[in-house]
Amino acid sequence: MGFKRYVEIGRVALINYGKDYGKLVVIVDVVDQNRALVDAPDMVRSQLNFKRLTLTDIKIDINRVPRKKTLIEAMEKADVKGKWESSSWGRKLIVQKKRASLNDFDRFKVMLAKIKRGSLVRQELAKLKKESA
Amino acid sequence: FPFPLTYIARLLRIHISERKREEEAESNQNSFAAMAPRKTPVVSRNPQLIRGVGKYSRSKMYHKRGLWAIKAKNGGVFPKHDPKPKAAATPVKPSKFYPADDIKMPLPNKRKAKPTKLRASITPGTVLILLAGRFKGKRVVFLKQLTSGLLLVTGPFKVNGVPLRRVNQAYVIGTSTKVDISGTNVDKFDDKYFAKAAEKKNKKGEGEFFEADKERRRASCHKTRRMTRRLSMQHCLNRLRQCQI
Repeated sequence: MGFKRYVEIGRVALINYGKDYGKLVVIVDVVDQNRALVDAPDMVRSQLNFKRLTLTDIKIDINRVPRKKTLIEAMEKADVKGKWESSSWGRKLIVQKKRASLNDFDRFKVMLAKIKRGSLVRQELAKLKKESA
Repeated sequence: FPFPLTYIARLLRIHISERKREEEAESNQNSFAAMAPRKTPVVSRNPQLIRGVGKYSRSKMYHKRGLWAIKAKNGGVFPKHDPKPKAAATPVKPSKFYPADDIKMPLPNKRKAKPTKLRASITPGTVLILLAGRFKGKRVVFLKQLTSGLLLVTGPFKVNGVPLRRVNQAYVIGTSTKVDISGTNVDKFDDKYFAKAAEKKNKKGEGEFFEADKERRRASCHKTRRMTRRLSMQHCLNRLRQCQI
């Protein structure tokens, strides 16, 4: 019991509020009790309140406030992107984004796919019912 | 009280510029009788210092405009042109009837209506969603905009039962899905095609008229629809769209 994800240098977090909503960032330093210095390959290093961050399971090995280049190298080495996109949390976010960007035609195709899947499931169910009966 | 000189000067300069304009207009009208048409546009030789006050005085402007030269050419007098002979006025017959009161005439309206501006998202081949009418909720293919501004649209009929139809742009959502209809020929269809068959006074004639009209419609409808069908790439998928499973 207890906390499993800690605020530490190298902890990867997700921004859950503000202009950079949805971005993955690395905590590179702690400013004070409420704020962290945070950095990502595609943004300027800046401070964020902890309340705007959600910690993830991913941690990378860096020193305090590394250079951008070093940070990027460390992130590649730890394969942050890969780990994130294969985690169930990351996968969920990807699906959410896809759903939000669907076309009218895409939604139609999704509807057909759902119907097809449902019919397959029901067919199997019917088979099983028949066997057990 | 004496008017200030500057005020008089201003009046005179305005008068001069007006006179210049009149002469230009006159010369434009009698171009072949008077001076040759100007090749450069009229630019004032008297730059304004402040609105209403020119840089040069009256006498200076006289010199600048070359009125002395024109006069010299014409023997000391400014050239005068006889007015063009007016065409003989056709005799007007006095009217027999004069209305007692003045009738208020409405102001003339010479506006010509243009066909509605088509939204940028709607191009030939776009899939549209109909929002109102008998076929509301159906996705249809846009063919072209008619001269009345309405959109010519078809299901295609075999796909979802929406025939060749006219639809107002306001009752339509344009999706980003496009279908390739480059081969279809929709020149034949215009607003006249959709006009109701004119009623004839003769009752016997009416029945004939209607039938002939219907036949005409059926024949052309079939052809176009077949063409649209063949050439729509996403036809098979569209077909399932409104299918009730």
